[in-house]
Amino acid sequence: MVLSSIDMSALAERLAADEVKGRSLWADARSRFIRNKAAVGGLILLIVITLYALAAAHVSPYAYDTADFMIMGHAAELGAPSWESGHYFGVDNDGFDVFVRTAFGTRISLFVGIVGSAIAVIVGTLYGATAGYVGGRTDQIMMRIVDILLAIPYMFVLILLLVMFGRSLFMLFVGIGLLSWLSMARIVRGQTLSLKNKEFIQAAQAAGVPAWKIILRHIVPNLLGIVAVYATLLVPDMILTESFISFLGLGPAPPVTSLGALIAEGAGTMRYGYLWSLNAPLAFFVLTQFAFFFVGDGLRDALDPKDR
Amino acid sequence: MTIPLLKVEDLRVTFQISREGDMPWTKPLQLHAVGGVSFELMPGETLGIVGESGCGKSTLARAIIQMVPATGRAVWEDGVDLLSLSSREMLKYRSDIQMVFQDPLASLNPRMTVGQIIAEPLTTHHPGLSKDEVKLRVKAMMDKVGLLPNQINRYPHEFSGGQCQRIGIARALIVEPKLLICDEPVSALDVSIQAQVINLLMKLQRELGLAMIFIAHDLSVVKHISDRVMVLYLGRTMEVATSGDLYSAPQHPYTQALLSAVPIPDPAAERAKRMIPLEGDLPSPLRPPSGCVFRTRCPRAEARCAADAPRLNPGDHQVACHFPGPLAEFRKAMEEA
Repeated sequence: MVLSSIDMSALAERLAADEVKGRSLWADARSRFIRNKAAVGGLILLIVITLYALAAAHVSPYAYDTADFMIMGHAAELGAPSWESGHYFGVDNDGFDVFVRTAFGTRISLFVGIVGSAIAVIVGTLYGATAGYVGGRTDQIMMRIVDILLAIPYMFVLILLLVMFGRSLFMLFVGIGLLSWLSMARIVRGQTLSLKNKEFIQAAQAAGVPAWKIILRHIVPNLLGIVAVYATLLVPDMILTESFISFLGLGPAPPVTSLGALIAEGAGTMRYGYLWSLNAPLAFFVLTQFAFFFVGDGLRDALDPKDR
Repeated sequence: MTIPLLKVEDLRVTFQISREGDMPWTKPLQLHAVGGVSFELMPGETLGIVGESGCGKSTLARAIIQMVPATGRAVWEDGVDLLSLSSREMLKYRSDIQMVFQDPLASLNPRMTVGQIIAEPLTTHHPGLSKDEVKLRVKAMMDKVGLLPNQINRYPHEFSGGQCQRIGIARALIVEPKLLICDEPVSALDVSIQAQVINLLMKLQRELGLAMIFIAHDLSVVKHISDRVMVLYLGRTMEVATSGDLYSAPQHPYTQALLSAVPIPDPAAERAKRMIPLEGDLPSPLRPPSGCVFRTRCPRAEARCAADAPRLNPGDHQVACHFPGPLAEFRKAMEEA
């Protein structure tokens, strides 16, 4: 019926014309991000740190879980960083190679941070978007649950969990995963509430698009900007939490280690008169934190140009 | 006599307003956004709905497609009452009734391409169509509303307001509806673009045999496009008549006041024109006046108006007033008194 009344030959000509490529909001954001020097610097630094964390074990002749018994206890005299011995960052008081240990610790810390914020992104976004979109009593109940969980002093719960069920990476994930999505859910719900009354959502409703499709196709893509920003800022937060737990001595049990545990060890051996087993993990910790913050800031400026 | 496409009877929309700090057991206030509106819409006909902002025009339109809960009846041509349907049963009728929204850019998802936006109703109602078929239909539709089909991969922010409204119209018409509800489709556009969009709508209506409900607060736009016009005030119908009758011989004092406020694009005529100023503000729909809702601002109001609400008189030119009549007669009576 629509097609019949159209002059077919002229139409065919116009339909055959080459399709113009559009500039999506994502492409705009990408070009803004690339122009931001601090953010790109942070991103490059993050890539370098990740490469180091993954490749160090293959570069160094030493393993993260075998000690050099010759040096054990004499790190201050024998364990200084040197290129010839292959201990690039030195040896710590237990005879472990700091270069490899730091790489391994960085790997664990990054892993914890990324998994923690991935849980927050997936659970928090879906939970918050559902609560906000459905609204009414469902929203009230879902958000009160979040309020109650947020009211629990989570460091206390995390420590209790680790004491009761033993120190393991898995328990750490459970603890962080349980709590990290709460503030994400709140942010996403707030955004959803303002999106819900936009006319394009009403248009989709009027067209008869089912609710779950509206959430996935219209609401979530419009939330992704803020979610991406929040997630990148959540990663250093998670690393910090994990390091704090490890610093307290409740992190994953040795020989598994993390930046926090290494910093605690390094700080403990300062009085023996050498700093290299503190310096290396501390430097990587600080660099990782800064890099994530710069990337997060860059993403926020890129994705939300109005909000500067 | 032909069967009306849509017959609305005594449609009422009441919102429950609960105030900040209310206890759970306090009764919420009742806001009567639409208070008993009835009309018939023939196939291919355009019904204009005019009124001040807040008089329930948009709510009325949204009630018909079940976007706000309403009571009363809205009978489709096959005898089914749309308001009584569950959302699943309503799905079948959604492709017959489509809507064009007020804000052209806000009604398009900024993260989707134009092609995806226009295709959405089509893929929702005809999930079996192949990708190529959908694309072909979208391109044909874009061509029909005056967009270049090769811009199918562009994003809404790359278009002007008028073009965005054309995208909105294309999205509404892709499923070949029988009724198009236009909720102030041109009030966000420049005057020159308004004319283009209005003419496009009229052209498409002729070609596709669409019925339209055209909501606006711009009286001259409504006059141009509508066959019949309904005047709403505070959620009640004041006057319904053919476009020609209503504009040349308005019977209701509210319609007369509205029409007298339309600017005339001729300075001499504009200066000579006598405005009928309405006193006071629009009463709160939370506490509508008793009897006739217009009586608080009506120059003709008498005791009877407060006691009982006037009904629409039957016929072609329907007026809900106890003292209807042309303006000149009323003026003469006033001068004699």
